Amino acid sequence: MKARVHVTLKSGVLDPQGKAIGHALHSLGFAGVRDVRQGKVIELDLEESDPNKARAAIEAMCGKLLANPVIENYTIELA
Amino acid sequence: MKAAVIVFPGSNCDRDVAVALEQASGRKPVMVWHREGDFEQVDLVVLPGGFAYGDYLRVGAMAAHSPVMREVKRRAERGVPTLGICNGFQVLTEAGLLPGALMRNASLQFVCKDVHCRIETGQSLYTSAFASGETVRWPVGHHDGNYFADRNTLDRLEGEGRIAFRYAEPDGSLTEGANPNGSARNIAGIFNETKSVLGLMPHPERLADSALGGTDGTRFFKGLVEALR
Repeated sequence: MKARVHVTLKSGVLDPQGKAIGHALHSLGFAGVRDVRQGKVIELDLEESDPNKARAAIEAMCGKLLANPVIENYTIELA
Repeated sequence: MKAAVIVFPGSNCDRDVAVALEQASGRKPVMVWHREGDFEQVDLVVLPGGFAYGDYLRVGAMAAHSPVMREVKRRAERGVPTLGICNGFQVLTEAGLLPGALMRNASLQFVCKDVHCRIETGQSLYTSAFASGETVRWPVGHHDGNYFADRNTLDRLEGEGRIAFRYAEPDGSLTEGANPNGSARNIAGIFNETKSVLGLMPHPERLADSALGGTDGTRFFKGLVEALR
């Protein structure tokens, strides 16, 4: 089954790239943008077909490699 | 004093640090490729600067899980002195041997220049050649040197005397202007609990020969070699 992992910076962690994107949006005339946070999306194609097992496996992957718990949160989306 | 320098695909300061170590100790370090699961017994393990595995995913993240790092981690946990410079510092945090993380510079710019660092403690293997509070000039060259840790961790590092170096003015005062990357509390380098592991963003090996324009790096490596003798 396919899965998507969204990795984002924890709130409270300064995101200079998000800030720079926010500034750029402002200078392009998008005035209503209060804040921008940048993250990443990781797409996985797994052999596992059981959603619970897949989720548990991805949790383990996030804990070990895909996200850094010091600075990042993640959410898992199963397709 | 025998050292090992770990070489990842993308390391680019491995030879510089090997030269600095050899000049300080009189012995050529062993160079250990990232695929090696084991290597000979040494007195010091060095993770050099560079862009290991192209900094894919996060700086240091892929290198932290390479085969050689399992052995480096095992030895560091047994107390073998382990030094991470720049990318090596990033790898040490990703491997869990040092707390916190190195994030994108606050300016978003790659910073390549000499900075002044204040020696926060002369009480360690790595800093015994220095007086607490003195400043040295070392180069930095990085895009991701913005040290981050939560407040509790920062307080603990400070309380336990585990901040090794801070970015400072030449007179030792801590200013925002002296901080090249936005690091929390101007932190340039930290120790683990036992001070056997050190990670720092500056590159002492790049000013370790008068032909390179300075020898503050020589003092670092000579002091370390002396302490390990």
